[in-house]
Amino acid sequence: MAMTQRALIQLSGVFKQFGATQVLKGVDLEIDQSEVVCIVGPSGSGKSTLLRCMVFLEEHDAGEIRIDGEPIGFVTGKTGKRQRMGEAGIRRARRNVGMVFQQFNLWPHMTALGNVAEALVRVRRLPRAEAATRAQAVLARVGLAEKADSYPLQLSGGQQQRVAIARALAMEPEIMLFDEPTSSLDPELVGEVLEVMRALARDGMTMVVVTHEMGFAAQVATSVVFVDEGRILAKGPPRTIFLEDGHPRIRQFLDNYRSRNAFWQETTAAG
Amino acid sequence: MSFDPAVILDRWDEILAALGVTLGTWIAGVAIGLVLGFALALMQRGLGRAVRAAVRIVIEVVRGTPFLVQLFILYYGGPRFGLVLDPIEAGLLGLGVYAGAYFAEIFRAGFEAVPKGQVEAAACLGMGRATITARIVLPQMLVVILPALVNLVIILSKETAILSIVTIPELTFVIRGIGAETFAFVETTLALALIYWGLVEVAAGAGRWAERRVGRFLMPA
Repeated sequence: MAMTQRALIQLSGVFKQFGATQVLKGVDLEIDQSEVVCIVGPSGSGKSTLLRCMVFLEEHDAGEIRIDGEPIGFVTGKTGKRQRMGEAGIRRARRNVGMVFQQFNLWPHMTALGNVAEALVRVRRLPRAEAATRAQAVLARVGLAEKADSYPLQLSGGQQQRVAIARALAMEPEIMLFDEPTSSLDPELVGEVLEVMRALARDGMTMVVVTHEMGFAAQVATSVVFVDEGRILAKGPPRTIFLEDGHPRIRQFLDNYRSRNAFWQETTAAG
Repeated sequence: MSFDPAVILDRWDEILAALGVTLGTWIAGVAIGLVLGFALALMQRGLGRAVRAAVRIVIEVVRGTPFLVQLFILYYGGPRFGLVLDPIEAGLLGLGVYAGAYFAEIFRAGFEAVPKGQVEAAACLGMGRATITARIVLPQMLVVILPALVNLVIILSKETAILSIVTIPELTFVIRGIGAETFAFVETTLALALIYWGLVEVAAGAGRWAERRVGRFLMPA
């Protein structure tokens, strides 16, 4: 653990509404370097919106979001008025952040290697050959060296998600965001994606993960954030959030989760 | 009255020249239409509400009136508004604008066919709008819209016949002229139909070939 904690992500008073629905109701959150933060909570609580605001895929209505100290999306002008950044400013602010989506969002007309190399060529301006070499190395890191020439539709969901992780990693971001990365996978394929994420966490990557995988959160997260109805109800080490009797809403959510998994615990205990 | 193909064969040189004019105006009209249509589609996507509304109106007017009427107004009505064009200028401008309105609608639908998440992924990697359009959106939408594009190109080959009303010496103008001179209306009209049909078959064949080519990555072997 570093001696000086550096806040890589800072949210203060973030509000967001879609139409008449208030989705985020004043979120304050700080995430330090090398933290692995799992955001959990019921569906529709605003978890994904919160994550998407961090890369400005959703534009927050009020409040401030800083990535590595720099504001993203809006700046306060000389007159104190809130101004939307230009496209170039938004692109610059995103440079330190990698994003992984629930639906992978690979580009189907490019091979796995092409997907990973594309931004290296178009954004980083690397020569094609160098980009390909780097992309190949990142694919190897997620265990897909031999799938470089496959198109996304030729890969399993788990493999596609690993390519998507490699695509984000290739840009060497300081922060990786994961929006329910295993939610659209067959249960059998969840493990391979979580394993890649575990390895990233071990390497000290700063990660924010919106997830329903409580086991992963319990084992890997340095802290767990519980979101409900657009507010952060609690943030703390997984042990504190999961095991200590805290907020009744969190207890209710976890009891529900446990009862669904109770059958398996009983049968494995008996067997 | 007997059927006499000699009427056509005797004037073959003239007809060939007219075929050249038809091909030329067709290709030029498609080219202008593609560029204009793409520009209109981009304007509808990127610019403000006022521009979008203006573009919308232009497209609706062009699609809502017959090409014959548009060309008539442009060529014969243009001089009243200070727009004096020679026949070929009026013909190409008219055909290009007419094609552009329809191409714009095809491109617009194509833009919407590419999943938003793929664009978001590209944006998160720092790609700008132009790069995303060129590298992510266009190649994929091409697969989706190609049948519609080919269809429109085929329709436009036959719309070039309308250019005869502004005395452009294309196929319809020349062959109907021959018919009027020789009173061989059946032979000339039949020949006209066959030549257009031939053109369309060539275009359709090229379209099928292109569809197989661009569709390849969606069905990898």
